[in-house]
Amino acid sequence: MAGAREGTARSTAGRTAGEHGAPDVVVVGAGQGGVETVAALRARGFPGRITLVAEETALPYQRPPLSKGYLLGTVDRAGLELRPDDFFSALDIDLVRGDRAAGIDRDRGAVELDSGRELPYGRLVLATGSRPRRLPVAGADLEGVRTLRSLAGADELRGRLTDGRELDVVVVGAGFLGLELAATARTLGHRVTVVEASARVMSRVVTEAVSEHVAAEHRGQGVRVLTRREVVALHGGTGPEDPGHVRVVELDGGERLAADLVVVGIGALPNVELATAAGLLVGDGVIVDPRLRTSDPDVYAVGDCARFPSPWTGRHVRLESVQNASDQARRVAADILGETGPYTALPWFWSEQYGLRLQMAGLTAGHDEAVVAGDPDAGRFSVFCFRAGRLTGVESVNRPADHGISRRLLASGTDLTPRDVARPGFDLRAHAQQRSAPPAQQAPAAQHAERPVHA
Amino acid sequence: MAKITYKHPNGTETIVDVAAPNTVMRGAKTNNIDGIEAQCGGSAQCGTCHVYVDEANTLPLPEMHESEDEVLYGTACPRRDNSRLSCQLPVSEEIDGLVVHLPEAQS
Ligand SMILES: Cc1cc2nc3c(=O)[nH]c(=O)nc-3n(C[C@H](O)[C@H](O)[C@H](O)COP(=O)(O)OP(=O)(O)OC[C@H]3O[C@@H](n4cnc5c(N)ncnc54)[C@H](O)[C@@H]3O)c2cc1C
Ligand code: FES
Repeated sequence: MAGAREGTARSTAGRTAGEHGAPDVVVVGAGQGGVETVAALRARGFPGRITLVAEETALPYQRPPLSKGYLLGTVDRAGLELRPDDFFSALDIDLVRGDRAAGIDRDRGAVELDSGRELPYGRLVLATGSRPRRLPVAGADLEGVRTLRSLAGADELRGRLTDGRELDVVVVGAGFLGLELAATARTLGHRVTVVEASARVMSRVVTEAVSEHVAAEHRGQGVRVLTRREVVALHGGTGPEDPGHVRVVELDGGERLAADLVVVGIGALPNVELATAAGLLVGDGVIVDPRLRTSDPDVYAVGDCARFPSPWTGRHVRLESVQNASDQARRVAADILGETGPYTALPWFWSEQYGLRLQMAGLTAGHDEAVVAGDPDAGRFSVFCFRAGRLTGVESVNRPADHGISRRLLASGTDLTPRDVARPGFDLRAHAQQRSAPPAQQAPAAQHAERPVHA
Repeated sequence: MAKITYKHPNGTETIVDVAAPNTVMRGAKTNNIDGIEAQCGGSAQCGTCHVYVDEANTLPLPEMHESEDEVLYGTACPRRDNSRLSCQLPVSEEIDGLVVHLPEAQS
């Protein structure tokens, strides 16, 4: 580690360096990416000063359960926490809660907080996440129209969904988030309609086979799933009691859906304002290099807010997933400690709806061949996606072994062909076991994924 | 409360007291033990909380359910007979003294 310290000290000459010769590190945003960055720095022995700035007052928490177990009531607040209360002080990490980074003075190397406090940095990590896109129609600001991103928002939503009344819930957008919310609301006993503008659910991120299976599951559970339909306006009640509260969702074509609660899940926008104001390169995300450094080499960006060059697509992408935020955080921590190198981790993602376990390995956008293996009728199958004959991603429904093995195969490179998968009785487990010697490392295939892939 | 020993691949070990209700995974995260990632937060989805239970273990551990079994086929380091997902190992006095070995890599 001595060499690493020398490295950081040298490149921060003239910048704030603490008593250990290590740069002061400031991390903005205490979500998945921010917390994993500071934890990984300490786990790897970083001796310098670390400050983690959290706009939210809640102890840093995980977001995935917000639309699943937490909303349902099967995961409690303690189960959400990324780390317990005393974790940060025990590791000498200054966690500043309930304050917001308002500006970055790159010339002086300092972050200014809303409270007026100033935090000098030698290295700065932006982990500001993303925020829900708003529905761009009239009535979107009525009461009872919600998005879901934060714990506070989940608590409010849970209040509405569990106050004993059976509600008409309209979910706008059939991405992962919208469908998870629909599943949870339905499980809690509400009448649920999902409205999706494109031809099928989760169309941006999964193949038709998975899309259809998931839509069928929702319909089987009693959810109305409308595709190729757009919301054109939201209307308040006509009664004197609730003029400001949403009661009707108007669709193109004129259909009007009754609604006591409208949940909007139409994607997220990266929180780039700080970076933009600081003059960093920005464009649907803070643009970073393969080492996850912004256009200022002392400033990194990780997680939902970062747009990075992915070796898996051959172009810049922005991914919204726990995997991406966590693995980028670890990479940046290593980079700060002098173990420099490109970020190359294989993307993967999961979602849970009712009892369905959906898992995605790699990036399947831009595939030209998809082969289904397993038993779709029994609700256990995987879709193997190929581009130019090479495996680029695998989607699994209730097949966790396929998912895990696929991650290994994709990461190390595989010569699995569409024909192998299509063979009757194909079993990925057996295939992986047969191949004792790992295949030669291959360069990941280039494919297309211009939009944020997981919403 | 249980004393849990996490043995690192480099031969060192970390011994911590973990209170119930918690899991062996949570115990590692709480104490910032680097060898456990647990990206899915304990929902048996990711396989990045893989541990090898010490060969000499005689403490009672819960039966492995099907999804844990499946996830263990896809861990970064090879599955062995003593492989478990640490997020599926609840901490109680019954496992006081448990020793687990951390794999070389989780992802
Ligand atoms: C409801 C929901 C369910 C999800 N389910 C899954 C799932 O099943 N699987 C999966 O892989 N991913 C899931 N995701 C996505 C995953 O949670 C995110 O990709 C991940 O949290 C990204 O981490 P991050 O650190 O980039 O951002 P975040 O976790 O959003 O953290 C960013 C933090 O920065 C703070 N912040 C922003 N600006 C400032 C500022 N100027 N000063 C101080 N603080 C600031 C924000 O308040 C926030 O707390 C889900 C997301 C949501 C919302
Ligand atoms: S934490 Fe993901 S499988 Fe245990």
